Amino acid sequence: MSQSLTLRAALVSLVIFGLFVTAWHLATMGTGPAVEMDPEYAKLVGATATQGKSAMPGPLDVAQKIWEHLKNPFYDRGPNDKGLGIQLAFSIARVLTGYFFAVLVAIPIGFLIGMSPIMNRALDPFIQVLKPISPLAWMPLALYTIKDSSLSSIFVIFICSVWPMMINTAFGVASVRREWLNVAKTLEVGTLRRAFTIILPAAAPTILTGMRISIGIAWLVIVAAEMLVGGTGIGYFVWNEWNNLSITNVITAILVIGLVGMLLDQILARATRLVTFPE
Amino acid sequence: MADKFISVEGITRRFPAPGGGTTTVFEDLWLSMARGEFTCIIGHSGCGKTTVLNILAGLDRPSSGTVIVDNQAIEGPSLDRAVIFQSHALLPWRSVMGNVAYAVTSKWRAHRREQVAAQAQKFIDLVGLTGSEHKRPAELSGGMKQRVGIARALAIEPKIMLMDEPFSALDALTRGTLQDEVRRICLETGQTAFMITHDVDEAIYLADRIMLMTNGPEAVLAEVVENPLPKDRKRSDIHKHPLYYGVRNHIIDFLVARSRNFVTEMAGQQHDRRNIPVVRPGAPGPVVATEMLMPVPAPRPSLAQGRALTAQNQPGRNR
Repeated sequence: MSQSLTLRAALVSLVIFGLFVTAWHLATMGTGPAVEMDPEYAKLVGATATQGKSAMPGPLDVAQKIWEHLKNPFYDRGPNDKGLGIQLAFSIARVLTGYFFAVLVAIPIGFLIGMSPIMNRALDPFIQVLKPISPLAWMPLALYTIKDSSLSSIFVIFICSVWPMMINTAFGVASVRREWLNVAKTLEVGTLRRAFTIILPAAAPTILTGMRISIGIAWLVIVAAEMLVGGTGIGYFVWNEWNNLSITNVITAILVIGLVGMLLDQILARATRLVTFPE
Repeated sequence: MADKFISVEGITRRFPAPGGGTTTVFEDLWLSMARGEFTCIIGHSGCGKTTVLNILAGLDRPSSGTVIVDNQAIEGPSLDRAVIFQSHALLPWRSVMGNVAYAVTSKWRAHRREQVAAQAQKFIDLVGLTGSEHKRPAELSGGMKQRVGIARALAIEPKIMLMDEPFSALDALTRGTLQDEVRRICLETGQTAFMITHDVDEAIYLADRIMLMTNGPEAVLAEVVENPLPKDRKRSDIHKHPLYYGVRNHIIDFLVARSRNFVTEMAGQQHDRRNIPVVRPGAPGPVVATEMLMPVPAPRPSLAQGRALTAQNQPGRNR
């Protein structure tokens, strides 16, 4: 039953995809040669005017572009022409670095907040004010102090991933069941051992949910950050191709951003499932 | 009592009341337990039984007074005092073996892995869970979970086992089986045990002495009922024992009316909190050791009997 459900759902997905691509194809087909004109003049005005070709690339153009990128993802022809694979690698590396430092900071502080009611009250106003700040608002300050565009974008990733992780960790730690803590108390378990053997496993699903939210936000933010700082990365690639007016490449990049985001999310979803315990 | 293995000496517990001031759960409470004795405490909800148990466990502190276990005042939770929780409180991310082994490693930090496993296995076998070592708590029935809780408590070889309504969440059949197990284990190992219960039959079956607590707030320990039934009582025929209904009615009588009216009942009389009256329902006189073996002339249960016997057992008569 469930297998046939999966199968039927996949079928419906395929149909929707087919319909979308067909509609896209039909909408971008163009109208054919419109008016007779001097070939010299036709060269100047472009295919849209002379052959009625759509200004929007169709699915076939995009598929062809993707194929080109797949054939040669890692070429490097100077600062304005790098393969899609290289650009993605830059973005992923920045996200993972910023995210890694965010984990290092957020989880211990989250533990502290969750375990100590005083620290919870004391740090709450700071978190409440810092959390809603758009990460890109930090960018000028980061550029001014760090004086390095690449490090600044890593800092922006750090600052946007920290909050969901910290808040979820604090919540997970604070809501560890009283009885489990009492078990630890009656067994005279020390603070450190209690943190690692009771609180960490009990809060792990909540912590990982926070980490999953964070990686999603980080991936959203990196595109915008790279558009601002430029140089390398998938965000820069999108902006550069917009300047080149290569809509085909922009659409390709959009698709790739979605796929990588999904991949990152799925990895953390798997990890969450690993630490979730049935009650 | 001569042997005061556990001695609760004048403990008081007050909580801050919502509208300022304090609520006194109980005041100047004295009780003691002998080594190897099984004690049950019965009273209505809110009388502070759980608070007494939490103080004994070290999870809560008395506002004043002390608890002495084996000649030492307790300072907090200790591996000497194991707790069996009502909600079993197993760690769901650990297997049966993992849960018991966690307690074992907590007690013997230097034990090698095999030693820990052997000790844990011994107690898993004792509670009859052999073969389920690698199951997670979620895969176990309620009764099996509580067995793990018992194994975890026993595996650290505590001086006393504290049980907070350990069987109240179980169905009647499972509860019966587990009561049998606990009784067998306590008799075999000479374990000192203190248990909170609402179930009169459970108390009579398991306990050597049953402490009756009046309704809270400001609850007092009204009396201690010594169980007159023979030590080798069996669940199957306990209700046929001539003294059974005498004890049962005495306790039920207490729960129904006297737990509420105890203060008025005691009006004008001295209720010595340090020397709680000891009652032996069904036994006609204070000299009980020989009487137990004699056939009891009128085993017919009646509420009046329970009350009359209480009157006979005023403070001072039984010591």
